[in-house]
Amino acid sequence: MIAAAMTRTEPVATSEAAADDGIVIDVQGLTKRYGNKTVVDQLSMRVNRGEIYGFLGPNGSGKTTSIRMMCGLLTPDAGSGHTLGFDVVREAAQIKRRVGYMTQKFGLYDDLSIRENLDFVARMYSMDRRRQRVDDALERLGLASRQTQLAGKLSGGWKQRMALAACMLHEPELLLLDEPTAGVDPSARRDFWDEIHQLAAEGITVLVSTHYMDEAERCHRLGYIAYGKLLAMGTPGELVERSGFVTRNFSGADVGALSHELEALPAVTMVTRFGNTLHVNGQDEAALDAALAPYRARDDLHWETGKPSLEDVFIHLMRQATDNFS
Amino acid sequence: MLKEFIQLRRDRLTFAMMIGIPIIQMALFGFAINGDPKYLPTVIVAHEQGTYTRSLVRALENSDYFRVVASDVTDAQADRMLAQGQAQFALTIPAGFARALERGERPALLLEADATDPGATGPALGSVQQLAISALAHDLKGTLAHLQPDAPAFEWRIQKRYNPDGITQYNIVPGLMGVILTMTLIMMTGLGITREVERGTMENLLATPVRPLEVMVGKIAPYIIIGYVQVLVILLAARYVFDVPFAGSFMLLMLCVLVFIAANLTVGITMSSMARNQTQAMQMTFFFFLPSILLSGFMFPFRGMPDWAQWIGEVLPLTHFLRLIRGVMLKGNGLPDLWPEIWPLLLFMLAVMLVGLKRFRRTLD
Repeated sequence: MIAAAMTRTEPVATSEAAADDGIVIDVQGLTKRYGNKTVVDQLSMRVNRGEIYGFLGPNGSGKTTSIRMMCGLLTPDAGSGHTLGFDVVREAAQIKRRVGYMTQKFGLYDDLSIRENLDFVARMYSMDRRRQRVDDALERLGLASRQTQLAGKLSGGWKQRMALAACMLHEPELLLLDEPTAGVDPSARRDFWDEIHQLAAEGITVLVSTHYMDEAERCHRLGYIAYGKLLAMGTPGELVERSGFVTRNFSGADVGALSHELEALPAVTMVTRFGNTLHVNGQDEAALDAALAPYRARDDLHWETGKPSLEDVFIHLMRQATDNFS
Repeated sequence: MLKEFIQLRRDRLTFAMMIGIPIIQMALFGFAINGDPKYLPTVIVAHEQGTYTRSLVRALENSDYFRVVASDVTDAQADRMLAQGQAQFALTIPAGFARALERGERPALLLEADATDPGATGPALGSVQQLAISALAHDLKGTLAHLQPDAPAFEWRIQKRYNPDGITQYNIVPGLMGVILTMTLIMMTGLGITREVERGTMENLLATPVRPLEVMVGKIAPYIIIGYVQVLVILLAARYVFDVPFAGSFMLLMLCVLVFIAANLTVGITMSSMARNQTQAMQMTFFFFLPSILLSGFMFPFRGMPDWAQWIGEVLPLTHFLRLIRGVMLKGNGLPDLWPEIWPLLLFMLAVMLVGLKRFRRTLD
């Protein structure tokens, strides 16, 4: 795969040097401002070869802008970095050849057929063996029989798969997926993620932004960004552990009213409700248990020791960020 | 209903259109457009100077229809000025005019008109007959009083150049080509590019190794071809349906068309870089199209408009293209005669392109 990419553009010295240490994305202090609003603020991060890196954060936190800067679509106002060993500012053209970028919005043409769309993308990359590649992609997608159908007629899940196929046509070393599964049904999402894992197993690095916690848990490593700042980074397990959360689950018939009552306790950091169960999180185990003692004694409530969830951790991170930055 | 107004207020462009279009229309129709153009530039080719010549010039000017811009040019110069459109009329006073007049021979005066637009010259030509009687009234007194009977002392020989029969189609049909090109090209490029941005496909395109300039060229090239197809259709119709003469060089016309198409495409691209969606692109096209059609001299004589409207007209590419195409098709002008209309087009294109590039870069970033 790397060899295939090399034949099209002669390798640059910096590329080899950086590629060897297994770091695919390495950016420091990336900053982007629009007017006086800082959308991405001093973002520094690394992504290793072959890993699936999950990029999480609330809407408008700067995920898309960061991704665009990493693939050379946007010029950062400050900071520097390398993607696949190429400078994100000066060598954007080389990066674009080696990166597959799947935009948040379906970026293909509704009024072209599936084959025409793929063929168009292949032309844009001035690929060799165009017909062969498009045929292979159609085959892999299982769309060979429907290749003349207009892309606009496809369901959300198929559109996503087709968009993925389109950005895999030029055999990139790195995939940047910007909320690829927004608005896709759960089973299609599962298939999509199976494909991503398959690609990662083949040695392709994947940076994926998402809102879904189940997807976040399927990533090797995660970065959490809010207000343009990278707030936390690590494996899902590390992030949960680092939050220091202790969780107690309460279930009962009428937990709704209880939720506010518990949240008001100083030892409780956060209460999340799941149907008839409350996840009560605190950061100091002893204090939490002391504060919850009266409730544990209640007959109408059943309690057990729970496991802190990623979602709780991130919501907590975001609340902290809100306190700090706005 | 309140919701509609709130939404309208948010959509500033639509709001501006609703307020702006009526104002523009009022200004244009109310002040700028005038079917009875006056003070038309006139040159005098005087083979003889004298009292009568001076009186004639004065009389022409007093009629309000003529404005003498040069009172002593050669035949060749007058020809050239008519061809380039610097002069609408050329009056030739032949040698020996005074003597012939005094002898009562009722000599002829040659008044040549650039009649490509019959509407522009008609009223002025209508006024000259009356003028023949009054022009020399002051000079023909005393012993010469018998020369001032009911019939005028001299005759007009009026030559309507380029369009002797005053056929309006000769003027309109070539002009229509410019109008159609303006409309389709600006709208097509404007919509085409905004559509890519609106649907999110532009971002995808830019993520490929294709350069933004290549994207632009790829978007524009088809429309140049479409533009030329339109031109051919209109030329064929002009030839076989409307019998419009084609005096000049076909290749030269194609060259003018290319410059004009390019100018319109830059407008389209620049508009697309400003429009946030296709509706806005459409509105902007209309915003540009309205003055183009009204102030360019397509529908109403250019020289009938007040100065401010003429200045605006001079900026619009259609104005220059109309002169170019009428120049080539009706007058048979060559490149030197056309150049004064080509460079403003190029200048316009350059200026719009600079704005467009600047804006376009920001859209991408």
